[in-house]
Amino acid sequence: MLTLEAISKVYKVGAFGGRELTAVQEVSFAVGPGEVVSLIGESGSGKSTIGRMVLRLASVTKGRIVFDGTDVSRHTGARLKAYRKKVQGVFQDPFSSYNPIFKADRVLHMIRDSFFPGVSASQWRTKLEESLDAVRLDPGQVLGKYPHQLSGGQLQRLLIARALLLDIELLVADEIISMLDASTRIDVLNLLAELKERGLGILFITHDLSLGHYLSDRSVILRRGEVVEIGPTTEVFANPKHDYTKMLLASVPQLHRKWDMA
Amino acid sequence: MRTELYFAFRNRKVVGGFAVILAFLLLGLIAPLFTDHGPNDYVGPPAAPPSGEYWFGTTTFGQDIFLQFANGLRSTFLVGLLGGGIAAIVGMTIGFVAGYRGGIVDEALNMLTNIVLVLPALAVLIILHTYIGIKSVPAQALFIGLFSWPWVARAVRAQTLSLRSREFVDLARLSGLRPLTIIRREIAPNMSSYLLLTFILLFGGSVLFAATLDFIGLGPTESISLGLMMNNAVQWSALHLGLWWWFVPPGLGITAIVGALYVMNVGLDEVFNPKLREM
Ligand SMILES: Nc1ncnc2c1ncn2[C@@H]1O[C@H](COP(=O)(O)OP(=O)(O)O)[C@@H](O)[C@H]1O
Ligand SMILES: [Mg+2]
Repeated sequence: MLTLEAISKVYKVGAFGGRELTAVQEVSFAVGPGEVVSLIGESGSGKSTIGRMVLRLASVTKGRIVFDGTDVSRHTGARLKAYRKKVQGVFQDPFSSYNPIFKADRVLHMIRDSFFPGVSASQWRTKLEESLDAVRLDPGQVLGKYPHQLSGGQLQRLLIARALLLDIELLVADEIISMLDASTRIDVLNLLAELKERGLGILFITHDLSLGHYLSDRSVILRRGEVVEIGPTTEVFANPKHDYTKMLLASVPQLHRKWDMA
Repeated sequence: MRTELYFAFRNRKVVGGFAVILAFLLLGLIAPLFTDHGPNDYVGPPAAPPSGEYWFGTTTFGQDIFLQFANGLRSTFLVGLLGGGIAAIVGMTIGFVAGYRGGIVDEALNMLTNIVLVLPALAVLIILHTYIGIKSVPAQALFIGLFSWPWVARAVRAQTLSLRSREFVDLARLSGLRPLTIIRREIAPNMSSYLLLTFILLFGGSVLFAATLDFIGLGPTESISLGLMMNNAVQWSALHLGLWWWFVPPGLGITAIVGALYVMNVGLDEVFNPKLREM
């Protein structure tokens, strides 16, 4: 479904773009339907940059992003919009994901105005209820509220509901639970597992290894913009080949215990 | 928004400043309607002090100073509205685009901003005045507007830069919104109070700038303004001849309008910024 073919990202930094910073270097991996791929690495290793390239929020310096057989890395205009019907994202900070001066459900209306201008009010209401139901949000509790009146977990669910309005095939989830409290985290993870069951591909970005293994089929270990290890999550975690992965695993001692018990 | 309106109506600075501006505006709009004479017509006895017939007295040539004042107010508001409006539109457009687009567009617009910032406005105006002539108030306002936007562009650019890195802008892009729509519907509303304050400052700045230009003889030649009244008064030695009624009204008018705008601005700042609200 999604295949990254040696994508690189070079940022121009400094005055007049004088210096170059290679944030991502020739990264290749794939995400299939119903597959969860964890992208794991320290802070600053380029995870978000990859996610943003997949979402086409950041330009791709080199390489190709192939989605369902077509290279989407240079799409613009109508073709880019069509791509975004299939691929959506949720980000780390739920509070900065909402414009603070507007009601939270504005993110849903925006989808309607932009992608479904012709849909009737009653059809839209049905659609809305379906997707809110899928993320187990009570419409009465979240619609018509301002972002500060909702919890981080509700806000993230609402963003997932927003993406589901579009019948997406791939969701880029960039550290979406790292700012939530522990009990809400599990709920959101379970929700992602349900979506996976429904055939959704998920690119699960995290710096926290103990979250990476929970629902992912395959793991990509990223270090300074380069992939150091890639494989089925169980193998990568049980039998890390690269020193960096071993070091990452060693720095999360309680994880081993959890893993052994499982 | 509604709470802000409520606090604005309760803020004495806002209400007081607004009342002064409104009074002058109504005076300028209504008073000239009650006469068939133009502001520069010779209607009365020369150099008459204020009286029941000529409320603000007359000039050396017998022109009605009250009539000149009322018409001058029109010019003042026109120059404030147009000059401030043009500066606001240019400055905000450049600031929004530079801040949102970034990169090479930003650098080019930054360079333009810096060039206009260091251009000596007065020297350019003297040249323009000599070769083209600035005849009307709108022409003067256009000139003032085109020279007063750089600080607005800078401030708006800085705020846009910080807002555009917020994730709600990314989500708007993912929702298929185009850059100008995002600026208009996601970024600008977050700065609406700031943009209003900016416009009020630009309005006051244009009024002062215009008065200065008129006073030193670089104003529009085919109308009357408060600055031009002062220019005339000085030129015809009103000070030496003791014709105080010639130069006091326009001077007080400008001071009162600019002062009221400033007070209103301080008040609005308190309204928008709850930390500054008076207890
Ligand atoms: N817009 C940008 N301009 C310049 N450098 C950037 C930009 N975004 C990210 N970077 C740099 O790219 C590197 C990778 O960042 P990021 O992808 O956010 O890492 P992660 O999500 O893994 O923490 C970092 O060194 C960061 O400073
Ligand atoms: Mg990140």
